[in-house]
Amino acid sequence: MSESRETVIQEFIEAPPRVSAWKRFITVFFGRRIVIFGMIILIGLMITAIFANWLAPYDPYLQDLDNVKASPSTEHLLGTDTLGRDTLSRIIYGSRTSLIVGFVAIFFAATVGMTLGLVAGYFGGWTYSVIMRVIDALMAFPMILLALTIAALLGGGLRNIVIALGISMIPPYARLMCGQALHIKENDYVVAAHAIGAGNWRVMLRHIAPNAFPPLIVLMTMMIGAAILAEAGLSFLGIGIDPPGAAWGAMVSEGYRYLLTVPVLSFAPGIAIMLVVFAFNMVGDGLRDALDPRLRGTL
Amino acid sequence: MVEGDEMSHLLEVSNLKTHFSTEAGLVKAVDGISYYIDELEIIGLVGESGCGKSVSQLSTMQLIPTPPGEIVGGEVIFEGRDLLKYPAHGPEMRSVRGAKIAMVFQEPMTSLNPVMTICRQISETLELHLGMNRETARERSIELLKLVGIPSAESRIDDYPHQFSGGMRQRVMIAMALSCNPRILVADEPTTALDVTTQAQLLELMKDMVDHFRASLVVVTHNLGVVARYAQRIYVMYAGRIVEAGTTKDIFARPRHPYTMGLLKCVPRLDEERGRKLVPIVGLPPNLVNMPTTCAFLPRCPYSIDRCRQEPWPPLKQLHDQHYVACYANMEEKVGELNAK
Amino acid sequence: MLLAMPIWRKRLVNSTQNNIVLDVSNLKMYFPVTRGLLKHKIADVKAVDDVSFKVKRGETLGLVGESGCGKTTTGRCILRLYDPTAGRILFEGLDISRVSERKIRPLRRKMALIFQDPYGSLDPRQSAGSIVGEPLLVHHMVTTKGEYEERIEQLFRIVGLDPSMVDRVPHEFSGGQRQRIGVARALACEPSLIICDEPISALDVSIQAQIINLLEELQAGLKGLTYLFIAHDLSVVRHISNRVAVMYLGRIVEITSSEELYSNPMHPYTKALLSAVPIADPFVEEKRERIILKGEVPSPLNPPPGCSFHPRCAYAKPECSQIIPPLHDIGGGHEVACHQI
Repeated sequence: MSESRETVIQEFIEAPPRVSAWKRFITVFFGRRIVIFGMIILIGLMITAIFANWLAPYDPYLQDLDNVKASPSTEHLLGTDTLGRDTLSRIIYGSRTSLIVGFVAIFFAATVGMTLGLVAGYFGGWTYSVIMRVIDALMAFPMILLALTIAALLGGGLRNIVIALGISMIPPYARLMCGQALHIKENDYVVAAHAIGAGNWRVMLRHIAPNAFPPLIVLMTMMIGAAILAEAGLSFLGIGIDPPGAAWGAMVSEGYRYLLTVPVLSFAPGIAIMLVVFAFNMVGDGLRDALDPRLRGTL
Repeated sequence: MVEGDEMSHLLEVSNLKTHFSTEAGLVKAVDGISYYIDELEIIGLVGESGCGKSVSQLSTMQLIPTPPGEIVGGEVIFEGRDLLKYPAHGPEMRSVRGAKIAMVFQEPMTSLNPVMTICRQISETLELHLGMNRETARERSIELLKLVGIPSAESRIDDYPHQFSGGMRQRVMIAMALSCNPRILVADEPTTALDVTTQAQLLELMKDMVDHFRASLVVVTHNLGVVARYAQRIYVMYAGRIVEAGTTKDIFARPRHPYTMGLLKCVPRLDEERGRKLVPIVGLPPNLVNMPTTCAFLPRCPYSIDRCRQEPWPPLKQLHDQHYVACYANMEEKVGELNAK
Repeated sequence: MLLAMPIWRKRLVNSTQNNIVLDVSNLKMYFPVTRGLLKHKIADVKAVDDVSFKVKRGETLGLVGESGCGKTTTGRCILRLYDPTAGRILFEGLDISRVSERKIRPLRRKMALIFQDPYGSLDPRQSAGSIVGEPLLVHHMVTTKGEYEERIEQLFRIVGLDPSMVDRVPHEFSGGQRQRIGVARALACEPSLIICDEPISALDVSIQAQIINLLEELQAGLKGLTYLFIAHDLSVVRHISNRVAVMYLGRIVEITSSEELYSNPMHPYTKALLSAVPIADPFVEEKRERIILKGEVPSPLNPPPGCSFHPRCAYAKPECSQIIPPLHDIGGGHEVACHQI
């Protein structure tokens, strides 16, 4: 028996070196400068949204009818809009709208989509067919049309926009999760879970879902950018947030008429949208690389 | 260095070293090995995964991806020239690879191009190396398929790899390898992915083919039975080095390196008494990153002496005849006593 | 270590009147091949085609054969990971062949499975301790956290793993260690039957012996632990099993004790299989008779009529292609399925 003890100790001593998954993640994630750049922008966005009250020089709703459509100056760094409101402040407050829309819509879409996808992929058969056909139908429905329909039914406003966006963004999550589940299901450890006697929900939530996450997380980050862009598009069309709410898309829409005279009115929010979407995409890229299972393993 | 006589060998590798730079550190996959092969010989390169046997063969043909790998030293003398002196992608290497020294890999599915017919794949080699035209190459390809035992060769020549079973694909690989009448055929774990009876068929085929084409064969494997059956001489590898070398009969009858002895004791034999307890080799396979300078087998060796802990990895020393061992305990002749089973 | 096991060991020797842990009769598992939107069936893959055997408590039955023979499918049918097409499976006297999943679930703690792939069979995101402890949670075998951790630690020790590694994730272990985790998981709920599905083929040769020894020690120490050992490596199967069943294309062609199988193989396929296994001894190999089979294993989609081995059999007569030979006893528990014997 002492021989076995020695074997145990030897094995411990010679176990493969512990490579911290976290450390590797950090190395790969921050490996590309462009990803770091994206992270900085996102952090900047968070700070702006949270501390908007302190950062904005003016009240975004404060109208100054003597000073409409002013060009950038020392008083108003980005000028004023058609009602004399400070553009910079509106952009700062607009970040809140964008973030809320982005995160909430995606969170909703992801939760519903992933659940549907997981169930469809795991059970297969009729469950899969029915759920996937519904998802396909949803996908075929143009998002703008969906948003318009909901706006018509429930009225406009931020809340309904988020609902519309959320619903329209379910399909990619459902499909990705379904594909992942179908793939992961074939692994021996899932069979092992069955063999132990684990019930369906345990297998789904404890074994399949955690292993399915990496590409879904990447999808989430990237789609936040898309959601923000979509919201901008909707507000541009006038469906989105009601005035006087500050939303970047709406700002672009309002300033569009004055593109030649006071370009900053549209360009400023436009550039903001562009930067944020770009940042989310870059971070999503970085996440995807860092979570790549092929980089897993000690050597 | 293992030298036979002073006569020149068909292929002689001296002190070959191949390193890989990985995320975790430097891996000395092949750390100074020397071996030779003569005409019409079958030699075996035996070892477990990670010992460097496959990398060594790829190195002789300069098939190592650089980066992360690099052949950092040694000579590969073939037909009077050192192959390592030539650029990896140059015309000299290309004229050797596939034509003079051919390789058969473990995974036939990935070594065959799935979108090319078998005819194209074999003919390509023939056209390139032997300058044949299309029709001649095609005829020769059909002949080769027949030779390796593929039924209905004339119709199957135009099939794609996925239309063949695993055993058949491996036969096609063998046909391709032999198409230009190579001097040396290297079989890298050629049958590990196959069933036992198919393995037997294929190994017999390779032996017959090598006899037919009057070539030499290098069998790279972890299966001691395979080398016992086919090889005349074997080299046992561990952690990138050769630890024992000699004729097959000598090594099996009188294994001297503790690793070889361990391997022989831990493998169940079909013909032994049931109830023999297997004697495993304790511990784990070596971690090739940043290896210590002492003998790599030391942590697992039941025969180690003080010298093993103090001095760097022992060199190969001749014991008798063609039998070489890299072991200090052996040199002190301690192992001889313990070797009596 | 094994001797220091506490009370729970005694629970294993519970009172089942039956000495037969597993009784499989006429098991069939057909997988339909479908085509079209409405899944119209065009053929069956007869993975398991009328298989019968019994396994006594404490014994090891080896199930050996090549790819497509149905041994893995048989194992999974017994565990009800598939729903058998036909046949009866009695586990400790209970018929589990057609029972619902809900009824089977509590029985699952008495039958466990060890997988071939030490990398794929462990959830990469679970810690080793949690993997080993999961069966305990599923079957509510422990009531407090302390009990849970204690039991996990105990299981780690039994299989030779350091309990301090409980929090590590699979990729931090070597292949052999991962397989030990798999064994620990199988032992968690004190099963009566463990089905080992190629548990060592993916491991290095020197590590294989460690795992084989572990399995043997466990069986010796845990009275009443029964194994169904599925593998393609005949040497290993013969070593560890009391009795061996040879399978070919979904049917058992021969079943007998391990000694008898080697000393007196009767079925032509068994003889060919034995001859194909190389023995690590060049002196023995020189003298061995080599039976090289013609052709390849046919696809289970299209098995030959009558005896499925007849196209490759040297002794085939007309009746062999017409009537499926039943397994008949030729004396001393040695059963063969062949018309010519």
